[in-house]
Amino acid sequence: MSLQLTGVGYRYAGATAAALLDIDLLLGPGEVVGVAGASESGKTTLCLVAAGLAPRTVGGQIRGTILLDGEDVDAWPMHRLSARIGIGFQNPATQLSQVAGTVFEEVAFGPMNLGVPRNEVVSHTWAALETLRIENLAERDPFRLSGGQQQLVAMAGLLAMRPEHLVLDEPTAQLDPEGTRLVGDAIARLAAEGASILITEQKTDLLAAIAARVIVLDGGRIARAGTADDVLADPGLAELGVAPPAMHRLRRAAADAGVAPGTLGSLDG
Amino acid sequence: MAGGAGLTSAPPLDRGIPDFLERPGPSPVHRLNPLTKATLATVTAVAAVALGGLVGPVVLVLVAVILPAAAAGVLGRLIRTSLLLALPIAVSAFLVNLFFFPDGRTVLVEVGPITATAEGFGFALEILARILAISGAVTLFYLTTRPAALVIDLERRGVSPRVGFVANASVQTVPAMVERAAQITAAQRARGLDTEGSVWRRIRGIVPIVGPVILGSIAEVEERTMALEARGFTRPGRRTLLWTPSDTTFERILRWGLVAALVGLIAVRVTGVLR
Repeated sequence: MSLQLTGVGYRYAGATAAALLDIDLLLGPGEVVGVAGASESGKTTLCLVAAGLAPRTVGGQIRGTILLDGEDVDAWPMHRLSARIGIGFQNPATQLSQVAGTVFEEVAFGPMNLGVPRNEVVSHTWAALETLRIENLAERDPFRLSGGQQQLVAMAGLLAMRPEHLVLDEPTAQLDPEGTRLVGDAIARLAAEGASILITEQKTDLLAAIAARVIVLDGGRIARAGTADDVLADPGLAELGVAPPAMHRLRRAAADAGVAPGTLGSLDG
Repeated sequence: MAGGAGLTSAPPLDRGIPDFLERPGPSPVHRLNPLTKATLATVTAVAAVALGGLVGPVVLVLVAVILPAAAAGVLGRLIRTSLLLALPIAVSAFLVNLFFFPDGRTVLVEVGPITATAEGFGFALEILARILAISGAVTLFYLTTRPAALVIDLERRGVSPRVGFVANASVQTVPAMVERAAQITAAQRARGLDTEGSVWRRIRGIVPIVGPVILGSIAEVEERTMALEARGFTRPGRRTLLWTPSDTTFERILRWGLVAALVGLIAVRVTGVLR
């Protein structure tokens, strides 16, 4: 199970400049790739392109190739892609279906659309709710939840679809630390089961915890790429509008203060 | 097909379909099939217009709106909501007909150049009765029906889920826009916008609120569309339904009976038998 972008560029309809340029990216099975970058660096656009929504739904022009498990997806309709790639957006309110009266029905919406048998829809839905520990919300009206709860419901809706590939655009933007940890755990578990995951995040601590590799976008191009450890420890990260994880900031502050590297204990491990 | 990866080995407690999805409503009116209630609301609204006069719509309101609402225990909410819905139209229609009825002869009150007539007053009451019948019928439907239940019921009958989606989403959009307007009003007031005081000040205060509310809603449409596409909503073929509202032979007969009665009424009105 792999998702591969080769030489991908994308320009929004009516835009004079490209939003993405020369993107080469391979997500292998069970791999989590983090995407960091300043605002308007192309993170959301990369998500839309990788999930197939751009240009299918958004419009615009794309070049390069996108292979899903070795197959070129250029001619695939969106509903075929949606059975294989899940995408989560930053704003949970716009991800709610608007036709579900309860959280349970909201989470079940995706697999219902895909025509998954009824008993499987039910078991996938319960599993997704339990994974994010929101089964207690099952009976609630999704529109009457807090932003953080709605984000977890939206995430559960993706998990219930059992995607082989997952694209997440800042999925923890509205979550507290506990919610962020639950989403991080769910992503790690999905990856452990073989799903490939592309996640954009401002919270580099989360990327450091779950991503094997990280790319940093700048002006629509890949400015840094490598293992999460290497990229997130890059001293030039701040110039690209990315705050390094607390671990690296602390390590750097300690070094600036003349604290010997060995004295930071597990941080050096 | 989905299902290749992702939480497949998670040990789901297979609790089965949750009880609350199929839990019967609290009253016989709530428990009616959504299509039966939709038919009743439509027939009441159209019949109120077709009947005309004052007595017909008033009887309709009593029989098809007030009595079922009382039986469902929602009479108070129905009166409040339907009055709120109907008030702007009802008041303007009442005043226009009261003061400007073209065939008004019997003067009741003269206020400067405008005159309220008894004929205008009678006609205004008739219009008021029709408006209240329509708003009451629609409100009763929404107070006793889960929108999702109507969508599922229509889908079971072969109606495209998109039709149900559009109908349901339109209803859901109203509270969302009200909430957005409240947030924008608070934000604009925090930045010094004056929305209180004279009528002119209030009107001026609306302009910087309406723009962001409408533009924000339009901007969200694209993201909502993408989210629906990404969740397989545009997939051709039938969706899986988790549950379906109950329907009985009695209700089927009732629906056809209501439709037949409405058709009969319209035919009588058109042919001029009932004058």
